[in-house]
Amino acid sequence: MRGTRWRGPRLLLHLVLIAAGIVWIYPFIWMLTASLKTTNEYISSGISLLPKKLQFGNYERAWETAHFSVYFWNTVIVTACVVLMILAVCALTGYAVGRFRFRGRIAFVSAVTATMFMPKGYTIIPVYTLVDSLGLNNSLWGVILAEAGGGHVLFILLFVAYFRGLPKELEESADIDGSGFFRTFATIMLPLAKPVIATTAIMQFMWTWNAFLMPLVFTLSKPELRTLGVGMFQFTGENTMDWTGFAAAASISLLPILAVYMLLQRYFIEGVAGAVKG
Amino acid sequence: MGSSIIAQKESRFKTTQEDRVPKLHYRLRKELWCLAFIAPQLALFLLFTAYPIVMSYVYAFFDWNGYGPLKEFTGFDNFTETLKDPIFWNAFRNSLLFMMWLVLVQVPLALLAALLMNAEWLKGKIIYRTIIFLPVVTTTAVVGLVMRFVFGAYKGLFNEMLLKIGLIAQPVDWLGSVDTALLIVVIVGIWKSFGMKMVYWLAGIQSLPKEVFESARIDGASSIQLLRYITIPLLLPVGSVIVLMSAVNALHVFDLVQTMTGGGPAFKTDMVDVYIYRYAFSGSGEARVGFASAAGVLYGIVVMGISILLGLFVRLSGGRRNQKRF
Repeated sequence: MRGTRWRGPRLLLHLVLIAAGIVWIYPFIWMLTASLKTTNEYISSGISLLPKKLQFGNYERAWETAHFSVYFWNTVIVTACVVLMILAVCALTGYAVGRFRFRGRIAFVSAVTATMFMPKGYTIIPVYTLVDSLGLNNSLWGVILAEAGGGHVLFILLFVAYFRGLPKELEESADIDGSGFFRTFATIMLPLAKPVIATTAIMQFMWTWNAFLMPLVFTLSKPELRTLGVGMFQFTGENTMDWTGFAAAASISLLPILAVYMLLQRYFIEGVAGAVKG
Repeated sequence: MGSSIIAQKESRFKTTQEDRVPKLHYRLRKELWCLAFIAPQLALFLLFTAYPIVMSYVYAFFDWNGYGPLKEFTGFDNFTETLKDPIFWNAFRNSLLFMMWLVLVQVPLALLAALLMNAEWLKGKIIYRTIIFLPVVTTTAVVGLVMRFVFGAYKGLFNEMLLKIGLIAQPVDWLGSVDTALLIVVIVGIWKSFGMKMVYWLAGIQSLPKEVFESARIDGASSIQLLRYITIPLLLPVGSVIVLMSAVNALHVFDLVQTMTGGGPAFKTDMVDVYIYRYAFSGSGEARVGFASAAGVLYGIVVMGISILLGLFVRLSGGRRNQKRF
């Protein structure tokens, strides 16, 4: 009975939600369709979405002439390297801290967590001068190191909590079987930490793909090292009139992460939720 | 390898003197392994977190353009200059405004959305949730640039829509006008991270004990009563953590504003992080790294002050979390 009485309002709610949902992501839909229009069509079409004829010329222009192919691959390389580095570093640290008592453990953990809450000056400049003095400033390694360098305390804590929760017997039996410290970690413990690995990988992927300030600063004088976000920023500064080219470039920047999100949306949301719960 | 397994298994049955030595050796080895495991993190931490923090304090006491050696020690001059600069206070006011809008509008609305997305009777939740969260995963810098076009004066999407409905007769330069620019930045800011806050709330709601709701239901509590007397009070601790995170994130808004408005028009949307960036990487004239660092240190202290206040609020609201660590 309850069900029938509420059917009308519920239908209405769904209609409202669907309308709101379309408005919510309309800017992206608009961007995508604009990227398939000619400039004239873009100007005359107002808010209507569908292009008369699909134009891929904008993509060609963005990919080749505006160097978005370079920016795209730079972003892919930087993101892949940063995610792998963070995973390795955090898993190793989390395992040692979570499962063993060793001298300096408490000091180490407090130092790492304390800096999270400490007021900082403008730390990006020392990072820049440091990378510069290491001689890494003319390659993507500069951006990669700078991005992998700071701010992943959260992931360490996730790994610590997870490894700590695994039963003690795992190690004891591995010890009895004569498995060494590293082998126990790599073949027994690490495979068990898949949920944390997934959370870390997805969150870090999202952050690095979308990073802006760090790659901006590191590539101010080196256009060939730009990532997509920075490339977009400079492109817009230089080409104020090429709207459809802009839309194509923006689509190139956003479609990869949107595609990954659509495929793995559950993990994205669980990752964010897991991070706040942890 | 096989023989070593046997040897170790046998050694477990013996408690002789010679057994103690390998045991100590074994513990030492473990400890060394642990140090080796934290070494990469320690190196990254020292180089890319500790050193930059220390140096950012050091730079703050020098007049330095970012190149060459630090020569001109100026004491607290950079700090006093920051405190006397009306443009800094303007940026500070904007940052605070942006933060307050997000905390007061976005966080409560996100709670409503989370409650709706948690409702058992709602079908198609996953689709709605996916859509609401979608802006979160997109590159903020690119979104900021797209929004320049959406709210642009010439053929912008927003203007075209309003013209079509007839709400305005002339296109408005939303981001170019001093009256509307900050409002638009706030709206986009709320929209961009809304899904994140909703998911935080959802995580909070789903961690509440189910039994309380069931017994309240049995006692005849209505949905509104459940919400008012059970859900909201139980969510307070999580809620204050969400407020804290939202506030700190909002106070450090950079990508969105830098790409959408660059702080303009007439500094109406200038934020502290944009202000600092402008001095550190000045497009016009000389970069003033020392000054930028001083402004960064001052602002960092203010943000920490605000987080401590909010942290106290977390305590007061019965923060039952975070006690188990270490």
